[in-house]
Amino acid sequence: MSDAEQLQGIREHYAEQYGFQDPDSYVFRARKGLDAEIVGQISEMKGEPEWMRDYRLKALEIYQSKPVPTWGPDLSGFREEDIYFFVKPADKEARSWDDVPENIKKTFDRLGIPEAEQKFLAGAGAQYDSEMVYHQVKKELESQGVIFKSIEAGLKEHEDLFKEYFGTVIPATDNKYAALNAAVWSGGSFIYVPPGVKIEMPLQAYFRLNTASIGQFERTMIIVDEGAFLHYVEGCTAPTYSTDSLHSGVIEIVVKRGARSRYTTIQNWSDNVYNLVTQRALVYGDASHEWVDANLGSKVTMKYPSVYLMEPGAHGEVLSIAFAGRNQVQDAGGKAIHIAPNTTSQIISKSICKNGGRSSYRGLLRVYPDAENAKSTVVCDALLLDDHSESDTYPYIEIENQNVTIGHEATVSKVGDDQLFYLMSRGLGEDEANAMVVNGFLEPLTKELPMEYSIEMNRLIQLQMEGSIG
Amino acid sequence: MGAALEIRNLHVSVEDQPILRGVDLIVKQGEVHALMGPNGSGKSTLANTLMGHPAYEITAGQIIFDGVDVIELEPDERSRMGLFMAFQYPVAIPGVTVANFLRNAINARRKEENPEDKGIPIPAFRKLMIEKMDMLQMDHSFGGRYLNDGFSGGEKKRAEILQMAVLEPKIAIMDETDSGLDIDALRIVSEGVNRLSGPELGVLVITHYQRILNYIKPQFVHIMLDGRIVESGGPDLALHLEEQGYDWLREKQNGNGER
Repeated sequence: MSDAEQLQGIREHYAEQYGFQDPDSYVFRARKGLDAEIVGQISEMKGEPEWMRDYRLKALEIYQSKPVPTWGPDLSGFREEDIYFFVKPADKEARSWDDVPENIKKTFDRLGIPEAEQKFLAGAGAQYDSEMVYHQVKKELESQGVIFKSIEAGLKEHEDLFKEYFGTVIPATDNKYAALNAAVWSGGSFIYVPPGVKIEMPLQAYFRLNTASIGQFERTMIIVDEGAFLHYVEGCTAPTYSTDSLHSGVIEIVVKRGARSRYTTIQNWSDNVYNLVTQRALVYGDASHEWVDANLGSKVTMKYPSVYLMEPGAHGEVLSIAFAGRNQVQDAGGKAIHIAPNTTSQIISKSICKNGGRSSYRGLLRVYPDAENAKSTVVCDALLLDDHSESDTYPYIEIENQNVTIGHEATVSKVGDDQLFYLMSRGLGEDEANAMVVNGFLEPLTKELPMEYSIEMNRLIQLQMEGSIG
Repeated sequence: MGAALEIRNLHVSVEDQPILRGVDLIVKQGEVHALMGPNGSGKSTLANTLMGHPAYEITAGQIIFDGVDVIELEPDERSRMGLFMAFQYPVAIPGVTVANFLRNAINARRKEENPEDKGIPIPAFRKLMIEKMDMLQMDHSFGGRYLNDGFSGGEKKRAEILQMAVLEPKIAIMDETDSGLDIDALRIVSEGVNRLSGPELGVLVITHYQRILNYIKPQFVHIMLDGRIVESGGPDLALHLEEQGYDWLREKQNGNGER
């Protein structure tokens, strides 16, 4: 099937496949807006211990005391009083596929979840609105002592482990939206991989927003114990809405000595969503962590996955893609914080803008005084598809040790007339030639994705490319 | 009869500056032509215009390919009709492999013939690539490399010839394919062109130097000066040029002008 054919096929079914909405059938929905009463309600609905309730209330105060950040994209269009901060779709978490309510199943069907699940999931937590409704952990993982649960179940069933790590990687005081998440978090995954356990297949969760003006505040905590291996994949397609929505997630990851982990995200929010996410990994001795992060859609995305290299030999990577179309602002990048000696990091950022979209690379490279012999490479490339799109670079670099090796490269390119002429002279139409240049530009990232995601990614790119010419 | 590329009284400007001032030339399938001329005479302008580069404005004349005036056609349409240009400076497309690119190019052609076509099956395509790479004595790993990205000068030109071999054009224009090649690379590239030559392929070799014509033997040689073809002849003309340079032609031109 040619690219153009695929494109047409997607265009035809897109509304049905991604833009549909099931009728609201929620068991409980808090009123709009945010105050201590709503936060208390959330905690009560979830049957949480008192310490968590207090934590949430404290976080709410922090959220309210922090000003809206003004150093990045304009967030003034977001109105907290119009947002539902908590929606609970079903009264309890389903244990098996058979128990999942029919209309929710229909949603997953149309997203292709069960098929994907059958094909290569070792275990799946799929989030529907604010709560996990479907969750299954394969016996095999269980027998290895792996915990893969909803974040709520993590708190209920593994309270000690949960309490040991919760909020330690990203405290509520970190930033305004981390505080917001700490106050109203709902849904997300809780994963613990015991020492030496290597999970070969990617674990994945699918989630989507389904109610107008719903705030989605997923909270995910991952602990990869010594010498273990985990690849967690999270993909997302949001339906279109007429009022502004908010997604503000917090992802905390701890990678212990000698362990390896990778967290892959593809996000395709509808173009009215404010997507403000904090994700951070603490990486210990000789361990490594990789963020693979693709951001399409949304109205404003602010996302800078970070790696804190805590002990000697730690390695961190951030591979970030942003695609900004009409009226979209993608402010993305990554942070590498070198705390210990002999630590290495790499940040690769690729952004694409078209139809007046704006993308910014914003990154921080910080080397502490003790981080002798740290090595870091930062590469940010932007590709502009027309003359009225823009791309900026804000690389912040703070180095407090003389003995370091730092590389920084930044390029901005346009799909050139010469590239188009060359490809067209071999028989490719103009749209096809453009899509080929874009896919080639993104290749370093797409080749890192599991097969099915790489196909989905290519389709999303083609969808984004639609009508970009003329 | 096979297809022909007929250039009639072609005038072309670049940024309002006239470059070609009435070019007439016919290249038929099965023929090998050489077009020679000093720098700035308009050779590359002709090549790019024939392929449809948007920066070149045709102010008068016609380009008839296979019986169709192609002046209004886009480069991709001309390509799918069977016209090919080997670039003087092939463009890098990072992240796109030679094989992926060529498969798409083949599929664009198949689609043109039959809109229902599902594209060339992967095994058939693989077989085709291997066959063509073997013919051109190329390493099979070539197909997996990103198109022209980090290629040496010689590799770029060989990649052009590979594309030509896979796409099987009716008429191919080689725009200074010899420039920047050492003698070994020149030989390899020329041998490639010679292998592809035959009754199904017409070639227009555009060159600044005579040396490529030691390897590719043209039946017809044309000389371009100041945007016009001022002399046409057989292979001897190239040798004459090698010995005499362009001055005698310039003098002849000036003489003509004065009369």
